[in-house]
Amino acid sequence: MKTIYLDNSATTPVRKEVLSEALPYFSEVYGNPSSFHSTGLVAKQAINKSRKIISKILNCNENEIIFTGSGTESINLAIKGVAFVELLKNKGVAKGHFITQKTEHDAVLESFEWIEKLGFDVSYINVDKHGLVNLDELKKAIRKDTLLVSIMYANNEVGTIQPLKEISKICHAQNILFHTDACQGAEYLELNVKKLGIDMMTINGSKIYAFKGSGLLYLKNGIKIEPLIHGGGHENKMRAGTENTPAIIAMAKALEIAQKENKKESVRLTKLRDYMINKIQKEISKTKLNGHPTKRLPNNVNFSFYGIEGESLLLMLNEKGIRVSTGSACSSQSLDPSHVLMAMGLEHGLAHSSTRFSFGKYTTKKDIDFTIKELKQVVKKLRAISPVWEE
Amino acid sequence: MQVEGESWFYSDIVKKHFLDPQNIVKDKKTIKDFDGYGQVGNMKCGDIMEMWIKIKEDKIIDCKWRTFGCASAIASTSMLSVMVTEKGGMKIDKALKITAQDITKRLKGLPSIKIHCSVMGDQALKYAVWDYKTKNKRDDIIMDQPKETDH
Repeated sequence: MKTIYLDNSATTPVRKEVLSEALPYFSEVYGNPSSFHSTGLVAKQAINKSRKIISKILNCNENEIIFTGSGTESINLAIKGVAFVELLKNKGVAKGHFITQKTEHDAVLESFEWIEKLGFDVSYINVDKHGLVNLDELKKAIRKDTLLVSIMYANNEVGTIQPLKEISKICHAQNILFHTDACQGAEYLELNVKKLGIDMMTINGSKIYAFKGSGLLYLKNGIKIEPLIHGGGHENKMRAGTENTPAIIAMAKALEIAQKENKKESVRLTKLRDYMINKIQKEISKTKLNGHPTKRLPNNVNFSFYGIEGESLLLMLNEKGIRVSTGSACSSQSLDPSHVLMAMGLEHGLAHSSTRFSFGKYTTKKDIDFTIKELKQVVKKLRAISPVWEE
Repeated sequence: MQVEGESWFYSDIVKKHFLDPQNIVKDKKTIKDFDGYGQVGNMKCGDIMEMWIKIKEDKIIDCKWRTFGCASAIASTSMLSVMVTEKGGMKIDKALKITAQDITKRLKGLPSIKIHCSVMGDQALKYAVWDYKTKNKRDDIIMDQPKETDH
């Protein structure tokens, strides 16, 4: 059976071009980039080259890029890094205020919840029914002691794209730092940090056809954060540990290709996205599109199907070779449905029935046609046995 | 290279019951002459279960159900319906003693987080028997009135 992988927002396969670029750095150019001999220096040069490639894409200096072990790590570094500076400054007393919003990834929310335990204040801004952050509420939440605002670029579940430039203006008017989690959409969206007005930006490798266990944090020069990992002078003393050379090479290559292809690919996927949305709305009764109709990632389709529980839908599609994800509690480690959909005001039943189809570079129209055909049957089958569904 | 590994989250028997649930109601109009009805669960937790039973000579001879729920909710209720109706039907008193653990055992296990939230067929059955007991004034059936637990 053919696999139709529609879970690219969870992770992407490694592209062949990316893999072949990185392969020599496992067994041939294997030196420790910190070593002073030739074997090490070659690896160091390769990392420097990658840093240069990425800095051009982000429009920043090379020393503003910190390579990390994941998007989650970069996020932790940005948030806790700012908090720890304050802790040190105030001799261990947590003083200061942070702002984020309710549909952030758990890496952001749980980092904030943890610094709240240390004694910092955090405000969690609401979103509207489409998942867009409420800018008036953001303005009102700002205090004299607000240190950092962290708001994601695009949402991982529903694909809603936040107005980063406007948020940046609000933050910078008050001299507040602005971090964005750009793990979703780095493949398709503008990454020029100067144009966007970003102070810190998280990107990870596993969603852009590079390696899992790789990430980076853009940190604007002049901003002081404390490292989370100590033990060497790596990455401008911001992240100790021998550099993961192949993963860094892979990330640079992946971003380079994405930069070249993203305009064309965004157009192709947006067409495919809207095709699927229209077809589902036309051919399946009682559905709800989750997320913003237009301000959404080109590769994201997210629907709730009345009367159906998401995990059952996911596993029945899985039997047909189609891989999707759901916001249902049943597929999570908690017993609550997606916090993203709840923040957007969905009732429980609809949150439990939400299903995400996230496209990628290998997704074709044929895949989508097949998916819709199977989806119609599975929805019919599950509605037939549902006590909360009446024709 | 072929990578070996489990490709399913649940056991084979769970998968079988999920993909081909037994005694399931696909059309409510087909339900006639039932002796007891039970409903359990709520939308907050994401599982709602309905059950209809037929009773003859104190044995459960038919057990039909339907659900809004995850794979383990479907599979566990399917299994329960088989357990109470196999071999000519289970005596009511014995059926009332079936626990989530008994069902889980027959399914060759469920992920622990799933047992509490999704195995609710045993609860639905108690509601259905209670319905039968009160409608037919069967004071001889000894049971506590079922109460909704937080799923």
